Amino acid sequence: MPKSRIMAFTWATVKNLFSKPVTSKYPAEPIAYPEGSRGHIEIDIDDCISCGICEKSCPPRAITVKKPPEGTWGIERMDCIACGYCVSVCPKKCLHMVEGYQTPGGEKIVDTFQRPHMGEEYIKAQEEKKKAALAAAAAKKAAAGNAGTAPAAGAAPAAKPAAAATTQKEQT
Amino acid sequence: MAKRSVVPFGPQHPVLPEPIHLDLVLEDETVIDVVPSIGFVHRGLESLVKTKDYNEFEYVAERVCGICSFGHGNGYAEAVEKIMGIEVPRRAKYLRTIWLEMNRIHSHLLWCGLMADAFGFENLFYQCWRIREKILDMAELTTGGRVIYSTNMVGGVRRDITPEMGRAILSTLDFIEKELVPIRRTFLSDYSVQERTRGVGVLTKEQAHDLGCCGPFARASGINCDMRLLGYDAYGELEVEPITATEGDNYARCKVRLDELFQSISLLRQALEKIPEGDISVPVKGNPDGDAFVRLEQPRGEAVYYVEGVGDKFINRFRVRTPTFANLAGLCETIKGAKYADVPLLIVTIDPCISCTER
Repeated sequence: MPKSRIMAFTWATVKNLFSKPVTSKYPAEPIAYPEGSRGHIEIDIDDCISCGICEKSCPPRAITVKKPPEGTWGIERMDCIACGYCVSVCPKKCLHMVEGYQTPGGEKIVDTFQRPHMGEEYIKAQEEKKKAALAAAAAKKAAAGNAGTAPAAGAAPAAKPAAAATTQKEQT
Repeated sequence: MAKRSVVPFGPQHPVLPEPIHLDLVLEDETVIDVVPSIGFVHRGLESLVKTKDYNEFEYVAERVCGICSFGHGNGYAEAVEKIMGIEVPRRAKYLRTIWLEMNRIHSHLLWCGLMADAFGFENLFYQCWRIREKILDMAELTTGGRVIYSTNMVGGVRRDITPEMGRAILSTLDFIEKELVPIRRTFLSDYSVQERTRGVGVLTKEQAHDLGCCGPFARASGINCDMRLLGYDAYGELEVEPITATEGDNYARCKVRLDELFQSISLLRQALEKIPEGDISVPVKGNPDGDAFVRLEQPRGEAVYYVEGVGDKFINRFRVRTPTFANLAGLCETIKGAKYADVPLLIVTIDPCISCTER
């Protein structure tokens, strides 16, 4: 059992008198964060494909992904728990956890990012794509029609008697 | 018979930020009966589990508590791994052990500070938290988070500790050990501190056993129970000797926790020395089907995790028995017969974590 002593804490008092403060003057002196500090999420919006996996896997459901034509990626900064799970599930690796903590406040902050070439431009592009696809399909069909007229014509009459036979059976 | 009066304590009280309410029945200055009530921060975790994917829930489980966070995540991950029959790589087990011990050091230093604050020794309080800041910096360096590490996952861990980080941790441990020696001396031998701790709130070994206490609270009463002896994670390969005391008063609880800080430093050194090379996680396929119990030693005592899966990606049941819940009965027993002025101090000595308990 240690002896009972008076003024066992004198060391700290003396040390405090002759030493600099341990705390830093934070807003004046910036803090050095270690590498890999989980501060907040950032997105390379150009690489985002709006797959929505991050939205489904986010534990507090802080992420909102709107599929094209809106094509936005939004995060509620106050809901985010900085776990980094979305970063690990992102298939395009366009989400990053970077240093710098969210500043406290009384209002909900929603940061929304817009993918490029969305909105009317996207709709137009989609329509053009559709048209191109239809045209390509028609061209293909026409090409196939020219090349395979003979087998198609041969197959049709062969099928017809069989169909006729079934209808006859049903009638009888 | 003196006149009896009922004095409410909490749910908001300067001594601790956690909402616990006690109805203290006083006879003059002596507490003769105490009725605890909790339920102010219930968050409904057991219902929440049904809406989250089992991989995703890991991060929710870790946020049950803000101090013993890594242990909760670890308990959940181990239970799911037990159901799915996943063998975690050895390096991952060592990394988990390292983070669990770092968690214990910062939790115990926090407690030391709160204890000093509770008996009105502000300078000692700041000294404890000054040291604690160093271990939080190490946590941020190795995991990216200061108190919530988020490095655990089902099947291993997400981040590795590089040799440079290991050296940084070792030099920090040297600093902490050096700084802890005079703090331990102050806690255990200062005359004024002993006036508040010696012989206050005695819980005998029999009482502690009958009331099912756990952790440092029970060890201070002479019960040799430490879940680290079960050998989960890498504890089976490290030397763990439970630290016990016999007095069962506030002084013994201080002593046990301060000595556990040195024990954790030694465990961290052993783990960093023995850590093997290799993978840090294994791929996980399929969904958990079945149930499992896992017990582990949190900074506050034994925590029990029960997970039940039914073959789809959502967990069906998740239950945590936290150490504070087990210690509440013991707390009420220590308060009975104590002076009214000692009640805040006694509540601090069980290291209460009400948010954990209510989930």
